[in-house]
Amino acid sequence: MRGHIQIWFFSGILLLVYGVLITGTGIWELSHPLLNPPVLNELHAPVWWGAIMTVAGLFYTLRFRPR
Amino acid sequence: MSFALASASALSVLVGGPVQQSLVHLGAIDIAVIAIYFGMVIYIGFYLKGAANTSEEFFMAGREMTAWIAGLSFVSANLGSLELMGWAGSAYQYGILATHWYWIGAIPAMLFLGIVMMPFYYISKTHSVPGYLHLRYGDGARGLSAVCFAFMTVLMSGINMYSMALVMKVVLGWNLNFSIWVSSITVAIYVALGGLRSAIFNEILQFLLIWLGALLIPILGLIEAGGWTNLKAQIAARMGSMQYTHLWSTTAHFRDNPMGIHWTGLVFGLGIAISCGYWTTDFLVVQRVLSAHNLRAARMAPIIGSAFKMMVPFIVILPGLLALSVLPFHLVGQDVAVATGQHSYNEVLPLMLVRYCGPGLLGLGVTALIAGFMSGMAGNVSAFATVWTYDIYGAFLNKKASDSHYVAMGRWCTFVGVLISVGTAYLVQHAASIMDYVQALFSFFIAPLLGTVLLGMLWKRATKAGGFWGLLAGTCTAVSLFLWVHFNPAALRYVALSPDAKAMAEDMYRALWSLIACVVVTVVVSLMTQPRPVAELEGLVYGASKIPEEHDDHWYQKPIIWASAVAVVFVVLNIIFW
Repeated sequence: MRGHIQIWFFSGILLLVYGVLITGTGIWELSHPLLNPPVLNELHAPVWWGAIMTVAGLFYTLRFRPR
Repeated sequence: MSFALASASALSVLVGGPVQQSLVHLGAIDIAVIAIYFGMVIYIGFYLKGAANTSEEFFMAGREMTAWIAGLSFVSANLGSLELMGWAGSAYQYGILATHWYWIGAIPAMLFLGIVMMPFYYISKTHSVPGYLHLRYGDGARGLSAVCFAFMTVLMSGINMYSMALVMKVVLGWNLNFSIWVSSITVAIYVALGGLRSAIFNEILQFLLIWLGALLIPILGLIEAGGWTNLKAQIAARMGSMQYTHLWSTTAHFRDNPMGIHWTGLVFGLGIAISCGYWTTDFLVVQRVLSAHNLRAARMAPIIGSAFKMMVPFIVILPGLLALSVLPFHLVGQDVAVATGQHSYNEVLPLMLVRYCGPGLLGLGVTALIAGFMSGMAGNVSAFATVWTYDIYGAFLNKKASDSHYVAMGRWCTFVGVLISVGTAYLVQHAASIMDYVQALFSFFIAPLLGTVLLGMLWKRATKAGGFWGLLAGTCTAVSLFLWVHFNPAALRYVALSPDAKAMAEDMYRALWSLIACVVVTVVVSLMTQPRPVAELEGLVYGASKIPEEHDDHWYQKPIIWASAVAVVFVVLNIIFW
């Protein structure tokens, strides 16, 4: 098989990028409340869900990085 | 030109008559999330292009996949937009009974594939399920099976497209033709470039995205509803019935549950005929397992897949049930939605997504729905390309072409398959219900095929003529029963054994009768014809094949141990939600 990049590395990169984007959006919303917030917006799901994705993405990116 | 005009017109009807305002407008962050996903899948296609030069690489991913990759791909290829949105809608319509299509309608069959059937598929080194039929029964059964499969595959792709069109209309308000063509062409590019390996890699990504994008709905939904117990009470109060939250206790009679089914139909029709037929003989999913790098991985892949399949109701069925409780309005059937502009059952998942997800998460959720569509379509298209190239073109039309010619044919076939799928989307508009339509298709082709493959694997006496005529008889039985009820609805009482049966029950019993017809005809014709010498059945049939020994270092590495663990959880879950 060509190359050594595993699917888990691709998955990690995607998780990491999404995690950073969504966490950043969540943090920004803390100081800039939405005009039409979704239900349970007070739980700040983007912050913790994005953080979980960031940590998972970081783990997979480092664990399966091409060597 | 005329095709384009007809298509646009058809699609406007297809996706729901009166044009509604979209539920939400995506922000820049949502667009970025979706764009990154498209960029990633295309990049993977180009990255893997160099690893798809031979037919073994292009069609079978070089048979290098690990058990985890093959297993996740196995379940992801099935998790198309139809599975996500169709069954979420069914959960809203019928309650928790829809879970049967994920549990009794999948888990036993997947375990059976891993433990019993996989060794024969794997050691025969077949490229496809019709390819196995060729080895076991000859060209007749292979040709019939390949043509039926190719037909069903493009129809399934079109149905996936239909579901996708609904999402785009409801959530984004995007131009329908634009979104359909962008997604379809993306699938065509990455599958044509990297073959099955590219499809599998992207299916892993898509599986991950589906979970990440959809998991927040049940989590936040349960918080809003106040937990499972409160949810059950709220549904009972709102619907005036406890039927919606019980799996088995309402299936003693057809009229006791909203689906109009009976437990015998669930167990024998769905659990054996439809489920085993689909999960063990539908090449769309079996192809993923055949790509495993050794027999142990091939046996573990369906078992790993079954564990994840068992969890899917959490992100599909539960949102449908939550919608029964928390949505401030009622959803309606597709026909009523078209006429009145209300939201239909099939829109429940995007509606719940919009309810709980703001910028960023909304983009992730929409990406999950797009990923579902693309994984389903890639599965259909890659399987279609393989069966066409190996079992129709290479078997009957051009037997002596070079390997590179077949690879080129596979690449072109991928594009052609996508085009046919897009066209098929315009044809399914007349189906009263997407799910009923799919069930009908399953019983036409899949259930009889199960009889043919199983007898071929387990009974040395089954002959070439028996296999062909049995498969043909089973398929004709299914089509005949379908037409009988279609033109005379009163016949349903005979097909489904009760005047109270509804469409879902009819599908289950039709599958069961077609399976029985296939088995009976195969056995009778086989006993009347000359069997093949046992020596010719080496590697194909139980009792005539030496299964390679697997040397596991520890007891917990044995597939049977993990299959047993999944089976125990499966039983416990059914008891909990009885």
